[in-house]
Amino acid sequence: MRQPRVVADLSKLPLHGFETASLTWWGTLAFMLIEGTGFLLTIAVYLYLVAVAPRWPIGAPPPDWRAGTATTLVLLLSLVPNVMIARAAERQDIRRVRVLLIVMAAFGTAPIPLRVLEFRSLNVLWDSNAYGSVTWFLLGLHSTHFVTDLAETFVLVAVMFTRHGENRRRFGDVQDNALYWNFVVFTWLPIYAVLYGVPRLT
Amino acid sequence: MSGALEQDTRDTALPPERLACELARVWRTPPGLLGFIGTVDHKRIAHRYIATAFVFLALGGVLALAMRLQLARPEARLIGPDRYNQIFTMHGATMMFLFAVPVMEAMAVYLVPLMVGTRNIAFPRLNAFSYWIYLAGGILLWAAFAIDMGPDVGWFAYVPLSGPNYGSGKRADIWAQMITFTELAALAVAVEIVVTVLKQRAPGMSLDRIPLFVWSMLVTAFAVIGALPAIMVASTSLILDRLVGTHFYNPSEGGDVLLWQHLFWFFGHPEVYIIFLPAVGMVSTIITTFARRPVFGYLALVLSAISTGVLAFGLWVHHMFATGLPRLGESFFTASSMAIAIPNGVQIFCWLATLALGRPVLRVPMLFVLAFFFTFIIGGMTGVMVASVPLDTQVHDTYFVVAHFHYVLIGGSVFPLIGAVYYWFPKITGRMMSEYVGRWVAGLLFAGFNLTFFPMHILGLIGMPRRVYTYPASLSWGGLNLFVSMSAVVLALGFLLFFVDALRSMRGGAVAGSDPWGAPTLEWATPSPPPSYNFAYIPVVNGLYPLWDDATGVNVATGLRVDRRELIVSSVTEARPEARESSPRNSVWPFWTAIATSVVLIWSIFSPWAVVWGSVPIGIALIGWFWPKATPEDLA
Repeated sequence: MRQPRVVADLSKLPLHGFETASLTWWGTLAFMLIEGTGFLLTIAVYLYLVAVAPRWPIGAPPPDWRAGTATTLVLLLSLVPNVMIARAAERQDIRRVRVLLIVMAAFGTAPIPLRVLEFRSLNVLWDSNAYGSVTWFLLGLHSTHFVTDLAETFVLVAVMFTRHGENRRRFGDVQDNALYWNFVVFTWLPIYAVLYGVPRLT
Repeated sequence: MSGALEQDTRDTALPPERLACELARVWRTPPGLLGFIGTVDHKRIAHRYIATAFVFLALGGVLALAMRLQLARPEARLIGPDRYNQIFTMHGATMMFLFAVPVMEAMAVYLVPLMVGTRNIAFPRLNAFSYWIYLAGGILLWAAFAIDMGPDVGWFAYVPLSGPNYGSGKRADIWAQMITFTELAALAVAVEIVVTVLKQRAPGMSLDRIPLFVWSMLVTAFAVIGALPAIMVASTSLILDRLVGTHFYNPSEGGDVLLWQHLFWFFGHPEVYIIFLPAVGMVSTIITTFARRPVFGYLALVLSAISTGVLAFGLWVHHMFATGLPRLGESFFTASSMAIAIPNGVQIFCWLATLALGRPVLRVPMLFVLAFFFTFIIGGMTGVMVASVPLDTQVHDTYFVVAHFHYVLIGGSVFPLIGAVYYWFPKITGRMMSEYVGRWVAGLLFAGFNLTFFPMHILGLIGMPRRVYTYPASLSWGGLNLFVSMSAVVLALGFLLFFVDALRSMRGGAVAGSDPWGAPTLEWATPSPPPSYNFAYIPVVNGLYPLWDDATGVNVATGLRVDRRELIVSSVTEARPEARESSPRNSVWPFWTAIATSVVLIWSIFSPWAVVWGSVPIGIALIGWFWPKATPEDLA
């Protein structure tokens, strides 16, 4: 066996890193890359179907834009407490994090009835034609991400109110959750433009 | 000798024997069933992954033999057309989704953490989850086949054949959902590899000191992340068309059948490189060790792997030349298909230069590298041929294409893989495979392969289409087909001998020692097989070939805790140490999450409500997985 020769002492390193020094931060980024590719491809499918259709939307009026716009506004507004919670987590301020998590849970819940309204105001069903299929698919795909992150937020609320809350790792989890929420909001913007804009362009 | 350790005990506080003992205790996998399903040791999971993938290789091989038996003579009645459709679909799907991609990722799951000098893969529980999901997908496909429900629409499941109007029953759904299982598993491993390579490298292993196999796997992992979402969008929309009446692929309601081909091949072409790039890394590694000199053109090899990975996404339409696409588009994809030959050519010249300038030793792994050269170059050249639209139109869907892609896939990927198994077997098991038997294996596989597949080029040129269950005697294809079928037996014997050698050597092979080949990379700096914690001390790297730069010792870092699973997180470019991070303990929750996910995926073939109700048990399992457990790993 080779003999070890000690050339470095790592005993002073922190026991856990934040952001770019955290593995979960990179993991979240990688999953965002996967899901972002999924969104991009679905938008590509939408535009492909637009290109092969003689007219768009097929056999339906464009979707009513009001519910979708309301969702967009709520999501954009939620970025404010989301940025605040990321900062509070960085400072490891447990009280602020707890309060803001509840605010974020509320901001995550508010768009749910709006989303239901959105599906209703699409003016087309998934099995009417390809336009309906891809519209429902795109809106459904985004809703899945949004509901998943909301569920994660609820679990985080529960965790942060237990004895496990005051822990560097939990603050890191809160930061990663905030990062992912940004992703959910920012991916919505092009989807909103496609779902509500493209049927009005053609 | 070992009482409970105080909190924050460091490796420097213990003598070497006690350190090994304590590390073994904190990193151990307990015996018994719970230990078996709960382990997160990347080596144990990789063992399973590799063994399972080779079982699927054998099963896929048996199907190939069944097809060759049927085609050995004209108008055979051994297998009916319906069963034959299932067999060729199962063969392709098994080899691509259950063997090739998983086995390459599994090799990386074993080797990458060792080669970058860390103690476990990033997200080890996700790794465990990935294996169970992969296994469930494989069982789903083969159980369906056993009850005559196997998919029968070809491994690329073109619509409208696989759509609701033609693909009756649940056969196409089984294919589509098997895709969901295997791609989920593959994406999980890709994320682990990306993060392990970027963030867990040994101190000092800057980007220009990363072993070439690790570079290949990093590029592969990114290709997986870019390509696999396309097939998941495709298979999900296909299931929706079949289950809830969407119209993605129904032209009468505004859908489009070519959309399927675009989505499938946007995944399917990079898939070829997802299988090939790891093999490139294996070849570079084996050549370096056996040429006994640093590889020629390290930077060129890294850049060609990256450019191959990027160009792989610009070629997909060359699978669709026969669909009548606009000519300008076809010309573009012809050009890009030829362009990818450039980085691949650069690689081959780098390898040849390494061999020419070194003192090559012809051990068994090198024989497979030579077999790879010969076979892959032929496959690459027929690839350049079919990149031309007129030629492709002529030979499309004939045995010429079958010959071409088997040359690329077996020559380009399976030969290096078998060579890699001979090369790393001593590390994984602690024992050598037989040099004598290995030479027979290499000879039988090389001869058997070329005798089986070369004549298929001719069969294709004289007009034999692929996927026909039989052919009339009057077409005079019988002689060549009989020859091909007899050669396939030689090929099968080669694989059989390989399996026998591997199984025998596992128990009876010569004891290997830590570094039997005198190789330069870090996995050889630790005992064979490696202990659960991989390295007693985290290595420190000063060059590309740490074990050649220093023939007697190995540079290490100390100061890590021994009372919890601890490893080093380092910076992306320079691998500067940033944190002493904990690595998760064993857990049975990934297993339960995989079970809950499998139930939902299979149920959703039959009812869309499965996704709604099934998300509850998945959610519970995930909470169990991630809920803090007050272990030393979590507390600090």
